[in-house]
Amino acid sequence: MKPPPFAYFRPGTLDEAIAILGRTENAKVLAGGQSLMAMLNLRYVFPDALVDINDLFELSGIEIAPERIRIGAMTRQRRIELDAELYEAMPIFRDALKLVGHRQTRNRGTIGGSLCHLDPASELPTLALLLDAGIETAGPAGVRRIPVGEFITGYMMPGIGPDEIVTAIEFAPWSVAHGHAFHEFARRHGDFAVASAAVMVERDRQGVVTRCAIAIGGIGSVPQRHGAGETALTGSDGGPDAIAAALESCAGLDILGDFHGGPDYRLSVARTMLRRSLTAALARASERTQQA
Amino acid sequence: MTGTPASQPRVVTRPSVGRPVPRLEDLPLLTGAGRYLDDIELPELLHCAFVRSPVAHARIERIDVEAARAMDGVHAVLTLADLMPKLTSGRMPLGASPIKGENSSTPFVLADREVAYVGEPIVLVVAHSRYLAEDAAAQVQVDFTPLPVASDARAAMAPDSPLVRTELKSNVLNSFKVGFGDVEAAFAGAAHVFSDVLSQHRGCGHSMEGRGVLAEIRPGDELCVWSSTQMPHDLYYMLQTMLGLDQDALRVVTPDVGGGFGPKYCLYPEEVALPAAARLLRRSLKWVEDRRETFISSIQERDQYWSVEVAVDAEARLLGIRGSLVHDQGAYAPKPVNLPYNGATAMSGPYILPAYSMDVHVVHTNKVPVSSVRGAGYPQAVFAMERTMDLIAAGMGLDRAEVRRRNLIPPEQMPYTKKLKARSGAAMVYDSGDYPASQREALAAAGWDDFPERQKRALAEGRYIGIGMANAVKGTGRGPFESGVVRVGQNGKVSIFTGAAAMGQGLATALAQICADQLAVPPEDVTVISGDTSKTPLGLGGFASRQLVTAGSSVHLAARAVAEKAIRAASSILEVDEDQLELREGHVHVRDGNRSLGLGEIARMLRGAPGYAFPAGVDPGLEASAQWRTDSLAYANACHVVEVEVEPTLGSVEITRYVALNDSGRMINPMIVEGQVQGGIVHGIGNALYEFMGYDDSCQPVTTTFQEYLLVTATELPRLETIFRETPSPKNPIGAKGVGETGTIPAAAAVISAVENALAPFGIRISQTPVPPQSLFRLIEAARQSQAGQPPRRKDLPDDQET
Amino acid sequence: MYEIELLINGRPFRGAAEARTTLADFLRHTLRLTGTHLGCEHGVCGACTVLVDGVSARSCLMLAVQADGAIVETVEGLAEHDGTLHPLQQAFRDAHGLQCGFCTPGMLMTLVELLRETPHPSEDEVRDAISGNICRCTGYQSIVDATLAVAGAAGTEGSEP
Repeated sequence: MKPPPFAYFRPGTLDEAIAILGRTENAKVLAGGQSLMAMLNLRYVFPDALVDINDLFELSGIEIAPERIRIGAMTRQRRIELDAELYEAMPIFRDALKLVGHRQTRNRGTIGGSLCHLDPASELPTLALLLDAGIETAGPAGVRRIPVGEFITGYMMPGIGPDEIVTAIEFAPWSVAHGHAFHEFARRHGDFAVASAAVMVERDRQGVVTRCAIAIGGIGSVPQRHGAGETALTGSDGGPDAIAAALESCAGLDILGDFHGGPDYRLSVARTMLRRSLTAALARASERTQQA
Repeated sequence: MTGTPASQPRVVTRPSVGRPVPRLEDLPLLTGAGRYLDDIELPELLHCAFVRSPVAHARIERIDVEAARAMDGVHAVLTLADLMPKLTSGRMPLGASPIKGENSSTPFVLADREVAYVGEPIVLVVAHSRYLAEDAAAQVQVDFTPLPVASDARAAMAPDSPLVRTELKSNVLNSFKVGFGDVEAAFAGAAHVFSDVLSQHRGCGHSMEGRGVLAEIRPGDELCVWSSTQMPHDLYYMLQTMLGLDQDALRVVTPDVGGGFGPKYCLYPEEVALPAAARLLRRSLKWVEDRRETFISSIQERDQYWSVEVAVDAEARLLGIRGSLVHDQGAYAPKPVNLPYNGATAMSGPYILPAYSMDVHVVHTNKVPVSSVRGAGYPQAVFAMERTMDLIAAGMGLDRAEVRRRNLIPPEQMPYTKKLKARSGAAMVYDSGDYPASQREALAAAGWDDFPERQKRALAEGRYIGIGMANAVKGTGRGPFESGVVRVGQNGKVSIFTGAAAMGQGLATALAQICADQLAVPPEDVTVISGDTSKTPLGLGGFASRQLVTAGSSVHLAARAVAEKAIRAASSILEVDEDQLELREGHVHVRDGNRSLGLGEIARMLRGAPGYAFPAGVDPGLEASAQWRTDSLAYANACHVVEVEVEPTLGSVEITRYVALNDSGRMINPMIVEGQVQGGIVHGIGNALYEFMGYDDSCQPVTTTFQEYLLVTATELPRLETIFRETPSPKNPIGAKGVGETGTIPAAAAVISAVENALAPFGIRISQTPVPPQSLFRLIEAARQSQAGQPPRRKDLPDDQET
Repeated sequence: MYEIELLINGRPFRGAAEARTTLADFLRHTLRLTGTHLGCEHGVCGACTVLVDGVSARSCLMLAVQADGAIVETVEGLAEHDGTLHPLQQAFRDAHGLQCGFCTPGMLMTLVELLRETPHPSEDEVRDAISGNICRCTGYQSIVDATLAVAGAAGTEGSEP
C-alpha cells in the first residue's frame, strides 16, 4: 500500500498553481490530503502529477462581515471548528465539524478539499448546500463564483475544470436569532453518515417560522436540499404537524441503497435525523428570538 | 511469607503473584524502542511484494513476469517454478493434529496452476524498496480462465455445486458426528421441543501489526527467519522440512509481536516463500503484510451455520440437543478440523446435557482460508447454546436466567465429566468452577431482577432498552507441554527461557512473577527470553489461552528446582544443614547467624572451576528445566450481562452497561487479567454489531479497508465492569486457567440477547451475528408488518447481510 | 529525490526522499525512527499519528516532502533524556494502557495534543480524542483511565511536557 510514482509541484502562488495545472496532464490538486493520500496509498488513483497547494497561504482564513462570511479553501477543518467568531455567527459549523472524521484528519483536512472530494455523506458539502454558498474558483479564465447547486454536478463530481482550483466558500450569515442543528447517524463516531440532516430556521416572536433551510446528506448520490420540507415549515408554527409534513415528504428525495442499507432504511434514518434536527433548531430559534 | 511444607525449600518473600505488578514489557513499547518486524533493518536488505489473485477461482494459463523483471530497482520476480529448487514441496504441510497425514487441502507456497480465493499469492517480487516492489507487482501479467465459484458453504455441499478447487472430488472436506446419550429417547419424552437456525459471519483477527517475515542470510549460509508469528517453533520445524535444512542451519526468531488474536497461529505460504527465495537469491528479504493483504490473505473465522433442536422437560431441564453444523472452511485447510470440533464439543458449555448429537460438515468455499480467530469455534458454540436457552425461556414464559440456573452444573459435581472427548482423545473433564455462583454474582451486580421494572418505565417513554446474558466455559491451557528453563546468571539475576510466544499479552511479566516468588527475587530481576529457537530447543507457542498455564507451570517447577539446588549447594559450601538455610532477597541465608551466599555466587560456583572442589550433591549449573506435561484442560468460565438501548428507526444499538464476571482460576497478575477480559469483550462486541467480512456472490471481498470493515472504537463503548472469581485449577501447580479468549466468547451472545430483549415488543428473534443497523431495521420492519397483518413466519426474515 | 530537513523532537534531521514517500516511511525507514508505526496506511487506524507543527496528523497521509521545514514530534521524544517517562507514558504503564504496544505511539501522541489543549478533559472528551485510533488489545478503557489519571494529577498547570 505505497503510492504510485508521480511528479510533485509545490507552487508558491495561485497563478503558478493554475499555470502548472494548465500545462500538466492528469494532475491532481493536493490540499489536506486526507482522502487523496489514502486513495494514492490504495492505488485507487494514478495521477501523473500532484500540485500541492499547501503553500498558498492566501487561501487560508476566515473573514466575517455582516453580509458575507468567507472561508478560504485551504482553511483547516479544525480551525473552522474552533473559530470563536464563526461559532458566534454560525454555530452550525462547529456542530457539523465535530462529526467530520477525527481530530488528526481535521487538523490537516481543508474545507476546499472536502468540497472537491464531494462525498455525498460528508458534512461540509451538505453545509455549503444548506447555506446557498458560492464556491469561488480560480483558473486560467480568471475567478468564477459558482452557486453551490451548480458546483454539485453528480456523485463525487464537482463542477470545476481540471485547471481550476477552489479558492474559497462564501455565504450570507443568518440573523443572530436563527436556530440551527446538524444531526447525523454514522456507524461509528467520525464515520461517513448513513444520513444527515442540517437545518437552519428563523422564527418570529409568535413562533411562526419565517425562514427555513434543510439539507439532507448521505442518502443520495449528492447532498440534497429538502425543498418540500422547507415549504412545509415556512409559514407554519413549527409544531408537530409541520414537522410531520416535512418528514413525510422525505419520500420525495433521491435515495440510493448501498452497502450500509437499502433505500427504505436510509429514508427511515433520514427522517429520524431530520426530526431531531428540526426539533433542536426550532427550539433554539425560539430561545434566541426571545433573547434578542 | 509463602507457605513452606517441609519437603520444599524455605523461601521468604513478599509474593508478587496475585499483585498488579507493572509490566516488564512496557518501557521499550512506550518510548518507541520496541522492535517489531518492520523495524528490523539489515545491510543490503531487499523488499518483497506479492502478486495476488484478483479473482476467486480461475485456472492460471500464463504468468508473464518479463515486464516486471525489466524494471529499474527490481531484483527478482519469482514464480513457484523458480522457488522449487529450494523447496521439498510446493505445498504447505498440514498444521497441528494431522488427520492420517492427509495433505490434499493445504495451501500452495505460490499458486501456479489454479487460484481458489481472491488474495492467493502467485508471484513474489523482490526489489530495492517496497514501493518499487509494488510497482513491479502491478506489471506482472497473469492470464486467467475463470472457473465457477462456491460462495455459500451450505450450497457448496450439494453434489452438483461448482468445486472450490478442481483437484477436489467434493467441497466437503470432512463430515463427522459428535454426541452421546440416547437423543431419540430424549426427544420422544420431551415436554417441549424448540428449534432454531443460527449463523455467525466471518470476521478477521486484525492485530494492529500485520504479519511479516524477514529471511536473513547470515555468514556461513545460516538462515535466520524472523516472523511475526504466534508459533516460532512450529515455523522452525516446518521450515526444516520444507527447505530440507539441517536443524543447525536454521534459526527462527519472533521480534516484538504487535498482537496475534489467532491468525498468527497458522503458518503461511509467505513464511516459506521468503526463506526459499532468500536462499535462492542469497540475499536477505523482508515482506510486511499491509492492511489490504490482511483482508485478503490472513486467516478469518466464524462462518458457521447451526441447525439446533432442543428437547426439555416440563421444568425446562435439558433432555437432549440434536442438529447439524456447517462450517465454512474457505478455500484451503491449513489446519484440519480444530474449529468445528471445538464448536461441536463446546456447545453444552456449563450445562448438564443428557443426550447430544451434532452432525458436522466442514465445507470449502472460494474465500480466504479459515482457522482460529480469538475464541476459535467457542463463540459460535456459545452463541448457539445461549440463544437456545433464550428460546426455551421465551417458549415457556420463564426468566432467561432461571432457565440457565436450572441446568447449570452444580459445584458439588466438580470435577464434572462431559461425555465427550477432547481432540486429543482425552475425556473432557471440567476441573473446577462454580457456575451457579458466577451467574448469581454477575446478575446481582447488573441489577437483573430490577430490570423489568426499568424496562417498563423506558417503554412508556418510547425507549427500547433490553438486558441480556450469556454463560461460557472455555477449555484453556492446552498441552501437551510448554518449555521453561530457569537459569541464574553470574550477577544473580535470573533468566527464563521458554517456547511460549509473546504477542502483547504480558507473558513475560506473569512468568517473571511466578519465577520471582520461588527464588525470592523481585520480578524486575527476572528476564524472559521467548520466541527464539536458538535459545530454547523445545516449544509450541501461543494458542488456546494456554501459555500462562503451560509455560507458567513449567517455570514454576523449574524455578522451584533452582531454589532447591541453590540451598543444597549452599549447604555444601557453607557446611550447614539444609534445614538451617532459607532463601531470602536473592541470597541463601543461614537462619541463625549472618552468613549468606548470593544466588550469583552460587551460580559462579556451580559453573565449575577446573582444579577446584565442586559442591557435593548437586549437578553443574544453577539452572533447571521443566516441561510440565498435560493432556487435560483447565476450564475457565464467564458470565456476561449486557444492557442496550435500541432505536428502531435507525436499527442502532447503544451498549449502555456491560458487566462481565470472569473466573480464570488463580490470577497471577490481576491487572493483566482485567486487560485481557476487557479487550476480549470489545472483540466480541465487534462480532455482535460491527465486524463483517463481506463477500459478494462471485466471492469478491467487499470489505477490504478499515472504512468498510468496522472495528470498535472508544466512542462506541460504555465503561466495562469486570468482576473476578478465582477458583484455582487443581490440574496445574499454579492453579491458573487461561484468560485470553474468555472475554470474547460469550460477548456476542450476551449482546444479541440484550438486543432481542429490547425489541421484545416486536416479538423479534435474532439468530445471527453481526446485526448491523440495517439488518436490525429489516427485522423490526418485518415484525411490524407481520404484527399488522399475518403472524410472523421466520422464513420471511432475512438471515444474511445484504452486501 | 527531494532533500528534506526538519526538526524532530528538537533535533535537526535531514534525508532524501522520493516525492511519493510518505512521512511515515521517511521517519521509519530513512531516519530510522521506528517508534511511529503503520497499521493501515489508509488513514483510519491512527497508529502513525505524530505531531506536525504542534498538531496531530496521520503520517501515512502526508508526504515526507510536505514536512520539509516542519517541527515534528514523535513518541521517541516524549521521555526525558535521563529516561524519565512523560507523565502520560507513566500513566499508561501504571494503568495497563498498552498490551502489544503497536497502537501505543499513535495513542500517546494524540493524547499529548489533547492534554495540551484541554488539561482536564472529561471521559467523553478523552474517548472522542482517541476515536480515530484503533486498539485491538485493550478495549480502550485502560487508555482512557490512564489519561484521566494524568489529567487529575496535572494540577492547574496542565501537562505540557
